[in-house]
Amino acid sequence: MAENQRILVCAGTGCASSGANKLISALEAEIKLQGLEETVSIVGTGCQGFCEKGPTIVIEKHQVLYTSVTVDDIAEIVASDIIKDERVERLLLIDQVTQKPVAKLSEIRFFAKQKRIVLQNCGIIDPQKIEEYTDRKGYLALQKALKEMSPDEVLEEVKKSGLRGRGGAGFPTGLKWGFCRGAAGDKKYVICNADEGDPGAFMDRSVLEGDPHSVIEGMLIGAYAIGADEGYVYCRAEYPMAIKHLEIAIGQAEEAGYLGKNILGSGFNFNLNVFAGAGAFVCGEETALMASIEGKRGMPRVRPPFPAVKGLWGKPTNINNVETWSNIPHILRNGSEWYAQMGTEKSKGTKIFALTGKVNNTGLVEVPMGTTLREIIFDIGGGVQNGKAFKAVQIGGPSGGCMPEEMLDTSVDYDSLAKAGAMVGSGGLVIMDETTCMVDIARFFLSFTTKESCGKCTPCREGTKRMYEILDRITKGEGKIEDIDTLENLAHAIKETSLCGLGQTAPNPILATIKYFRHEFEAHIIDHKCPAHACSALLSYSIDAEKCKGCGLCAKNCPTTCITGEKKKPYVIKEDDCIKCGTCIDKCKFDAVIRA
Amino acid sequence: MAVLKLTIDGREVSVPQGTTVLEACRMHDISIPTLCHDKELTSGGSCRLCVVQIEGMRNLPPACVTQATQGMMVETQNLKVRAARKTILELLVANHPLDCMTCEKLGDCSLAKYAYEYGVTGEIYQGEKRNAPIDDGNPYILRDPNKCILCGKCIATCNAVTERSVIDYAYRGFNTKVAPFMDTDLKDSNCVYCNRCVAICPVGALVDKSMIGKGRQWEFTKEEVICTFCESGCKFDINSKNGKIIGVTAKSADNGRPLCLKGRIGSDFRYNPNRTEMPFINQDGEFVQIPWEEFLGLGNIVEKINSLAK
Repeated sequence: MAENQRILVCAGTGCASSGANKLISALEAEIKLQGLEETVSIVGTGCQGFCEKGPTIVIEKHQVLYTSVTVDDIAEIVASDIIKDERVERLLLIDQVTQKPVAKLSEIRFFAKQKRIVLQNCGIIDPQKIEEYTDRKGYLALQKALKEMSPDEVLEEVKKSGLRGRGGAGFPTGLKWGFCRGAAGDKKYVICNADEGDPGAFMDRSVLEGDPHSVIEGMLIGAYAIGADEGYVYCRAEYPMAIKHLEIAIGQAEEAGYLGKNILGSGFNFNLNVFAGAGAFVCGEETALMASIEGKRGMPRVRPPFPAVKGLWGKPTNINNVETWSNIPHILRNGSEWYAQMGTEKSKGTKIFALTGKVNNTGLVEVPMGTTLREIIFDIGGGVQNGKAFKAVQIGGPSGGCMPEEMLDTSVDYDSLAKAGAMVGSGGLVIMDETTCMVDIARFFLSFTTKESCGKCTPCREGTKRMYEILDRITKGEGKIEDIDTLENLAHAIKETSLCGLGQTAPNPILATIKYFRHEFEAHIIDHKCPAHACSALLSYSIDAEKCKGCGLCAKNCPTTCITGEKKKPYVIKEDDCIKCGTCIDKCKFDAVIRA
Repeated sequence: MAVLKLTIDGREVSVPQGTTVLEACRMHDISIPTLCHDKELTSGGSCRLCVVQIEGMRNLPPACVTQATQGMMVETQNLKVRAARKTILELLVANHPLDCMTCEKLGDCSLAKYAYEYGVTGEIYQGEKRNAPIDDGNPYILRDPNKCILCGKCIATCNAVTERSVIDYAYRGFNTKVAPFMDTDLKDSNCVYCNRCVAICPVGALVDKSMIGKGRQWEFTKEEVICTFCESGCKFDINSKNGKIIGVTAKSADNGRPLCLKGRIGSDFRYNPNRTEMPFINQDGEFVQIPWEEFLGLGNIVEKINSLAK
């Protein structure tokens, strides 16, 4: 019979969009129907991480994960697992190697190799209830800081931990705090940069949605060490759930006395505000972010003066990203030595990655720094979808680069990745298979940076546009062999002369792609072929007369009228009218359509 | 004041503390190209043309916003620096109309000057060009956003005029332009046509309409005068060609008050064919010419004086 227990339903943005909220309602109704509402509670949690199989449900008592759950499965889960204590086998994850269902969460390969520090509450607690955070040692680090440590001791602890900024550039956090602490001024600010904008990145969103108090606690500790009494969380407006959870959390923290005046009787005051950004990628750049909070156009300005000296409203300001702040309570609670054990010599701790693209286990992954790309993609991510061959992994978003198969043993840390021509960035990992054209991918990232450039400095505004145009020409088969040199020269000039990080890193996807996939550029330019069969302008479709049975399925489904023929005789594609959509090749049952 | 020693292109130079690398270079006659810099405005560091190489610094920092420090080693003319500047100019010229022969700015255009100096043709990066509508809706300033290089000097100068801030950057990326609020024409903004933006524009994007077609820069002689239309005492330059006044040029934004419309277009009166030397009075809504004696209320005094003289 059921005893007191909790059912954790992933209600992060990913699972919510595939129906998690309906699951919660259905579960509540079913629990009531079975008269179990006294003993069984339903918790809508933040992201549980296994987005590929969402919506997911965890039965906390047995640590069982049910995947791809629908409303129709609810009655069975309650009847079987909750009442009879028997697992619903058909909803368990099937292990890719053994092909057997896995009953325990800890035995799932996706989770087994992870080390969840920042994510330790995410997907387990109800982010809208402060008690769930405090029950799991929440705000203990703040108490320790305020009651047992001086601001300098806190600063020293963070320095010793070796924590580096998780926003991408990897600047040592303690050092950054020290600059701001040392700056002259009676009013100081701390800011949390939650303007996560890289395509394919959702780590910061998940932390804010699933464990907002950890960010607030981190900021409180930082503010105490720096001497700030006011903070902002700059969160993009496209993250409504993160903003909502954050606002709820701030209200609860104020009520509990963790925010406001004379916090925990220490005399330390701190107010926290949420600012919703209007949606410009460049506002993730710290000076543009501050301009945006001040109500100005989000445009980077020249540094120095650095924000630590002259930041928001001209006052000394310290900016860190969501994941960086979220690391702080763990460092204070467990000590810098504990933290510094994890990771590599120069990159300490763990890093969250958002695993997306053509990978089996799309999701949120936290691993110690120094884990190899191969471990993340194959051991945790379960390899490439549909048995296709791995081609590249894009790491670091529009500022990073694509790494080929032979670089997969690269250790994921700031220095190794920078050396390989990519960067940790915010932590997006986009997996590409053999059907992805690398020239097209470079073109995609350039189209992104071209649109998101603020337009202030010449190299970024004009240069990214020209690089995009050249790449666009190459994907259409109109490239010239000297275009590769032109791209490289322009890329270096843009990197070296742009005003802010956006321009200085925008050429990275091109340089890395040329470095590792030059042959694909040459194939487009010299042979007018796209080796991945992805660039439609370079494809031609024809029908193999010997294989064609004359069923007419291709002609019937062709959106234009370029396929003609008589039944039971080979059909013909009229190339001039073909829009190269590929429908015929998908529909043909006899492999008679040739794409070249 | 503390003096710093630094080495620029192998030459040891001394500058006062608080000097930028650009100022240090210019103090010692080392030429650095700039488009967005103006010594009276805060540098935005947007054009990136003044980049130099400095030992120990990442990338190529712009000289205009980099502070000189003791022992700094600066290179302003090496191959890498010149190549980067050339690329920036190539990018600007590739997106610039090349109607230089009929452009009002011919002879005074900074972009043309540096393009010539760096051997830039604009051919390498040919592609889409901006094609924004020209703002010709007011009688004073012609704005051609297609010639604009987005240096931002007009924005900074407009911001420096009290209660103006009429223009700012609008849109993003390649579509960025300088525009009044809601991207209207100037005539629908609160612009007072002080023309300081025109005076500071390094290219032909902002043109004084009253001077269009009236002469080339090298034909003008300039004379600084104090405006006499009112007691404010604004200064401006009078441009003359062959002894004839063509128009005026406003001073920069922090040089006292901005020039008002009277001062700016008042020079027209000088050559107005309808200009009269006789006074008029308003009689029943009509202006009627009268003699000076009557206007000044002198009655027959002149006659009396004349009779006394006899």
